[in-house]
Amino acid sequence: MKRELITRRAALLGTLGASGLVLSGCDQLGQNRTFARMLEAAEKLSLGGQRLVLNSSAPLAREYAKSDISRVFKANGTTRPDTDVYKRLQMAGFADWRLQIDGLVNKPLSLSLDELRAMPSRTQITRHDCVEGWSAIGEWTGVPLGYLLMQAQPKPTAKYLLFRCADNLGGTRDETGLYYETIDLVDAYHPQTIMAYAMNGQTLPVDHGAPLRLRVERQLGYKMAKYVMRIEAVDDFSKIALGKGGFWEDRGYEWYAGI
Amino acid sequence: MAVDTADQPTQAQTPRRPTRLTRGGKELIYRHSIAVRLTHWVNVLCFFVLLMSGMQIFNAHPMLHWGIKGAETDPSILSIYAEEQLDGPPIGWTQIGSAKFNTTGWLGVFRDRDGFPSGRAFHWRVTLPSYQSLAEGRRWHFFFAWLFAINGLIYLIHSFVARHVQRDLTPTRADLRNIGRSILDHLKLKHPRGEEAKRYNVLQKLTYLIVAFVLLPLMILTGLTMSPGVVSAAHFLLDIFGGRQSARTIHFIVASLLVLFVLVHVIEVLLAGVFNEMRSMITGWFAVRPDKSEGNKP
Repeated sequence: MKRELITRRAALLGTLGASGLVLSGCDQLGQNRTFARMLEAAEKLSLGGQRLVLNSSAPLAREYAKSDISRVFKANGTTRPDTDVYKRLQMAGFADWRLQIDGLVNKPLSLSLDELRAMPSRTQITRHDCVEGWSAIGEWTGVPLGYLLMQAQPKPTAKYLLFRCADNLGGTRDETGLYYETIDLVDAYHPQTIMAYAMNGQTLPVDHGAPLRLRVERQLGYKMAKYVMRIEAVDDFSKIALGKGGFWEDRGYEWYAGI
Repeated sequence: MAVDTADQPTQAQTPRRPTRLTRGGKELIYRHSIAVRLTHWVNVLCFFVLLMSGMQIFNAHPMLHWGIKGAETDPSILSIYAEEQLDGPPIGWTQIGSAKFNTTGWLGVFRDRDGFPSGRAFHWRVTLPSYQSLAEGRRWHFFFAWLFAINGLIYLIHSFVARHVQRDLTPTRADLRNIGRSILDHLKLKHPRGEEAKRYNVLQKLTYLIVAFVLLPLMILTGLTMSPGVVSAAHFLLDIFGGRQSARTIHFIVASLLVLFVLVHVIEVLLAGVFNEMRSMITGWFAVRPDKSEGNKP
């Protein structure tokens, strides 16, 4: 009986000791390139799995009632862009601001806020899910991105839309700190994907991305670029900034944020 | 098969599984199939990685809400946070409902690797990675979530096809009638011998059924409900769980129940004989302790 007890205690202590080793081992494992790449492979499964369903039927994200709108909608990331370009535009009430749509398109566009507001619009009350775990509900009004693409006519080689933003969230001197995002054409043409200029019935406030932000309702918040200046149709994003297709993607987050 | 013999005396059961004898004369039965053993250990690995990376993810928003929405300024049913002090180190608070507990050192505030107070919800010793990284925590979580789901699917299919569920896990009527005695046995830490040790007792059966068919599937479903992509195609998930934030809360509660299960499970393994139990889950062979009433058989 006594011998058994010692064995059990030894087993328990052994397990605890081993778990400590395992823990520091896991940190190292996670930083091992090959292993990290293996972990990242799960993103392909999530994207492939979800697209099997999302491609065929293009389902809409749930839309909510006005009474569901969050009283406080947390603004994350940049809330006060301090680049010279942005400050100058903001001082003038975005009167001189123009959205550039170019890259692999047949008809590059340059649009003012008034021109955007005169286009067909969509208003939707949707849930914003942050990668951190919280959710807020807000009402967004804007031009369907699909409508803008119909005007600009992407070339057959275009695979992604690249959103260039005015804020330098990374705080770096070079452009690697500038916020940017990419989405593919499946999400770009989704009816709920809009370039929003209004939130909860008001002009889009600065902390939420004035004058124009992207809404991609079937993905997480970090995909929804704020302070958008330019939309570029591209066939590849591996040469842009750190090459992962977005500001947060360059910092380890998944490019496909539908999960 | 088990049902047919359920009301007979246990001696009448004729185990169909291969048996042999240990050198000490104990009867060895082949208890766990290769599929059960493999999926069990893959599950162990997935459980720990998912739990620890899950706590890393939780630390990014250490609050739980109920309903369709919920953020920092919204009401929470659980919140773990640090309160800075003008004089002295910060205090770690854990709020559950309207109750608030000082959990400094454990939750909310603890010493980091270098001994400095760190204001995070779960201790670095139990998160994966140990340092703060939501991005890496998510990478671990989703890779092992896929592994866990595939492994679970293999287990479920195998369990029905090989009649593991019907034969070993479904309680018989006699089992259910004697549930009171089984509870008493557990409380007295008494473990079955002889014929009775060859099968799961009723509490074991019910627990495994609840874990495999209720709790683990709930983890997957509530996890999927947090995915904005998945719920756009499956609104009903939002309705079942009462919204994305409720699903997140249920994910956390069910994970806690699984931790409780694993604790009891491991304690039972230690009590029942760690060598024999480990051998049976590794090689399949389980030694039956002879029934005292049967006397010592050669």
